[in-house]
Amino acid sequence: MKLWKRISLGITGLLIALLFIMPFYILVVNSLKTPREIAENVLGWPAIAQFSNYVTAFIKMNFFSAFVNSLLISIISIGLIIFVSSMAAYALVRNKTRASKLVLLLFVAAMIIPFQAVMLPLLGVLKTTFMLNRVGLVIAYVGFGGSLAIFLYHGFIKGIPVDLDEAATIDGCSKFQIFTKIIFPLLKPMHVTVAVLNLIWIWNDFLLPSLIVNKEGEKTLPLQLYYFFGEFSKQWHLALAALTLSVIPIIIFYFFMQKHIIKGVTDGAVK
Amino acid sequence: MKKKKNISFWLFLAPALISFALIVIVPLIIGIYYSFTDWNGIGVPNFIGITNYAKALGDEDILAALLGTSATPGFWSAFFFTVKFTVVSVIVLNALGLGLALLVTQKMKTSSFLRTIFFMPNLIGGLILGFIWQFIFINIFSAIGSATGLTFFNSWLTDQHTGFWAMVILFSWQMAGYLMIIYIAALQNVPEDIIEAAKVDGASSVKRFRYIVVPMIMPAFTVSLFLALANSFKMFDQNLALTNGQAGTEMLALNIYKTAFTFNNFGQAQAKAVIFFILVAIITLIQVSLTKDKEVEV
Repeated sequence: MKLWKRISLGITGLLIALLFIMPFYILVVNSLKTPREIAENVLGWPAIAQFSNYVTAFIKMNFFSAFVNSLLISIISIGLIIFVSSMAAYALVRNKTRASKLVLLLFVAAMIIPFQAVMLPLLGVLKTTFMLNRVGLVIAYVGFGGSLAIFLYHGFIKGIPVDLDEAATIDGCSKFQIFTKIIFPLLKPMHVTVAVLNLIWIWNDFLLPSLIVNKEGEKTLPLQLYYFFGEFSKQWHLALAALTLSVIPIIIFYFFMQKHIIKGVTDGAVK
Repeated sequence: MKKKKNISFWLFLAPALISFALIVIVPLIIGIYYSFTDWNGIGVPNFIGITNYAKALGDEDILAALLGTSATPGFWSAFFFTVKFTVVSVIVLNALGLGLALLVTQKMKTSSFLRTIFFMPNLIGGLILGFIWQFIFINIFSAIGSATGLTFFNSWLTDQHTGFWAMVILFSWQMAGYLMIIYIAALQNVPEDIIEAAKVDGASSVKRFRYIVVPMIMPAFTVSLFLALANSFKMFDQNLALTNGQAGTEMLALNIYKTAFTFNNFGQAQAKAVIFFILVAIITLIQVSLTKDKEVEV
């Protein structure tokens, strides 16, 4: 490539990157200012970094409890989605009956149902089954996350030869053992994809928790942030500190798991 | 033996099927029924026919909603705003996504760094992004406005027109990197030797792109268009956090939410939700079948 072309490409890339980073820069520098500094100088550095904004936001938004809730709900939901969906997909692939085709079609078709279509009656269902709590939220994630996961696993399992199952049967494995000991470990690349796609969604989800868990101490991070923001929306220094706090965990996670995340997104989309 | 196999089949399916039925199928069926009743969230619903649909669709003057001059914004305002937003953001997002993908697949030292940066906003939830951009549009824009004396930068979120573009900007910033990832994967699958052969034959870079690259990355267009379309049409969090639907920037999902929880019209909200479901289904099915036709087998 010609030199001038390389340089202009490089500069274009960096300029666009700057544009992409700008909102993060604005977020962080202003979260360290006093309200007066925000009003007077919104783009520059703070004279003295006000870390007290973070302390206040951390305490007032009950950050620790919200973070633990989000983490537990995400991990348990994703674990269940992985196990339940891969097992279902395995059964669907290995049984070539009309019933199994119909069930798969049902799961896949459900992917186009927008949440609003089931939102109100779902609340009724959860209420009558006494599940307007974190348990209900997890089951909701399994129910909604199942479709895409089963679809992805189904495509992958089709490529696993039946000979493996048969050999294991001869060795005395039960159906369940074949699944847990042989199939499940083979699905590892798909587990990563399913985990990544669901993590981005579940960790950031606001609407479902806002409808299902409303008790203090059960709230997730986005939910807690929403209420905090409503209360402190006139005090940007605190609101921005709370926003930064909420952004930090996922960004750290991103930098450690980048390869898996990008691969997960790619595989999930291309399938 | 056959019977035993059948039992294990259903046992393996049971956890997924039960949660799916409880969360999706049963509520969907109940929801369709509720849309024909006077349900208010509590008490016994009475069947009232298509009254909710008539009310939902007749809650404002369609022409005024289309022109954006509606005095009482309702379903149709939200509908036209959503459609407009979806059309614009599908175009902008895909152009940006493909552009970024082409940029970072050039042989550059910074390419992996750039990918990391462009993808980053996707990991942050729509609610948080909405609040961050609310700060930017309110504080940064007005600071630029008063520094430069340009009134153009003032109060973007309190006007339907600029509010619209504010949402397009926010959403493009969020999702372009996601589509970029999909386009990168497709671009990397275009065989190098075909491109080389075309070069030898004297095809210009524009022609190579138009006649070789584009047909070969058609599957990526299908997926990206689908994702952009579905996510724009169903947008909720960003809408809620950025403008809360003020100044005529309310989209369908938020309109349904408010009909239910702000105005307590559960039956009417459910009727709107059923219409919304049908719209989403029609649009996504048409789009997928249209672009699938254009895909070529390699």
